[in-house]
Amino acid sequence: MVAPTLATRPLESAVWAALHDVHDPEIPTISVVDLGVVRTVETEEGSVRVELLPTFVGCPAIEVMRTAVEERLRGFADELSVEISFAEPWTSERITEEGRRVLREIGFAPPAALSAGRELSFLPVLPVAECPYCGSRNTTMENAFGPTLCRAIYHCTDCRQPFEQFKEV
Amino acid sequence: MTTTDGARLPTRQLIQPDVPRFERRTLKPEARDALTGLLLTMADDEFVLGFWDSEWTGIAPLLEEDVAFSSLAQDEIGHARVWYEMLAQLTGDAADRLAFHRAPEEFQHARLLDHPRGDWAFSIARRWLYDTADAVRLAALAEASFEPLAQVVGKVIREERYHLMHMDAWLRRLAGHDGEPRQRLEAALAALAPDALTVFTPLPAEERLVDADLLSAPMVQLADRWRSDVGLVLKELGLPALPEGRPPAEGRDHSKPSESFRWLWGEFTSVARLEEGAEW
Repeated sequence: MVAPTLATRPLESAVWAALHDVHDPEIPTISVVDLGVVRTVETEEGSVRVELLPTFVGCPAIEVMRTAVEERLRGFADELSVEISFAEPWTSERITEEGRRVLREIGFAPPAALSAGRELSFLPVLPVAECPYCGSRNTTMENAFGPTLCRAIYHCTDCRQPFEQFKEV
Repeated sequence: MTTTDGARLPTRQLIQPDVPRFERRTLKPEARDALTGLLLTMADDEFVLGFWDSEWTGIAPLLEEDVAFSSLAQDEIGHARVWYEMLAQLTGDAADRLAFHRAPEEFQHARLLDHPRGDWAFSIARRWLYDTADAVRLAALAEASFEPLAQVVGKVIREERYHLMHMDAWLRRLAGHDGEPRQRLEAALAALAPDALTVFTPLPAEERLVDADLLSAPMVQLADRWRSDVGLVLKELGLPALPEGRPPAEGRDHSKPSESFRWLWGEFTSVARLEEGAEW
């Protein structure tokens, strides 16, 4: 998901840049690009097509994001389509380094990175969440279900701070 | 409501995504009809269980479980929505009609999901039985030759892992406490045992699903696979084994809907019946 340079594909690179202005309505500091929700941007003369991946199937925020992307890209091309895709599953590995940094900054533990292609078994052993406040890995999951479908609740045994983790899926 | 950059959001925002459009002609008509039958059972299972789960919102025994069961409900109803949307595209029907404008007799959910939520142990026991059965069913669809189906199944499996993990933890917690928790769990499992296999009720045209490489094995085989898996856990916890036998042919028959389902149906259709044309 590397944005092309301005010189080679000016419209496409302008669209990617604009998408950085669209944020997750539930975690407003992270952009849809850093969240890894943008799957593809395709541009041709006069047309822009964007595909978004829902983080969770039942996530109500995806429609908000789709509309916000449409509004932000209005005027970029006569033909604009923003579609939801299941062509590949959104996984927490799609969150960019910048996205992880932003999450940590606001007290969210980013999902622990899975090694590529690893399939979790029937009952997964979840990787340890790192406390976003003190960096300790001495943490426990309090609830796999948090305020939104994509968030879990943890407690740090060292600094005694509760925190949220972006679930690993 | 505005976004961080001040843009207005639409008022109709709390709706979920439509399923991506697909070409239904990629399926042969007989396979399509058989798939329609399967998807309706899966959609109704998730839809009905999601609404039973939501009955815990506000009154679960722990605050964390209030949140958890509300999330579970949202997940399941979200999954149901995707299956209803896919069905709508396959048949030309409308997802809203399928969800809210069918008579109780027309629903196809497994009888396991017909019971009211009961006490906490009952909800946990039922969900554990359902989630483990659903996992076997989803795995049998993961390699489906119809790409739009396989894609959604892959996504749903990733989410259902959290359900499995949560139910497994609760099952062990209740089973591990002698006295009331274990007694209630055993009573719940005993009450549910006759309906345990109904998730795998054979479908009228399921051999076509298998022939078309949509479903990897007939329901009877999936039921055996599931029973041997859950049997290991029940044995480990010293809980009674599930009864032998095959899934009952009438495991999804609601020609005489139960009182509990009539009540739930009245709840989840109340808005649709109150206002003509109301949308999700």
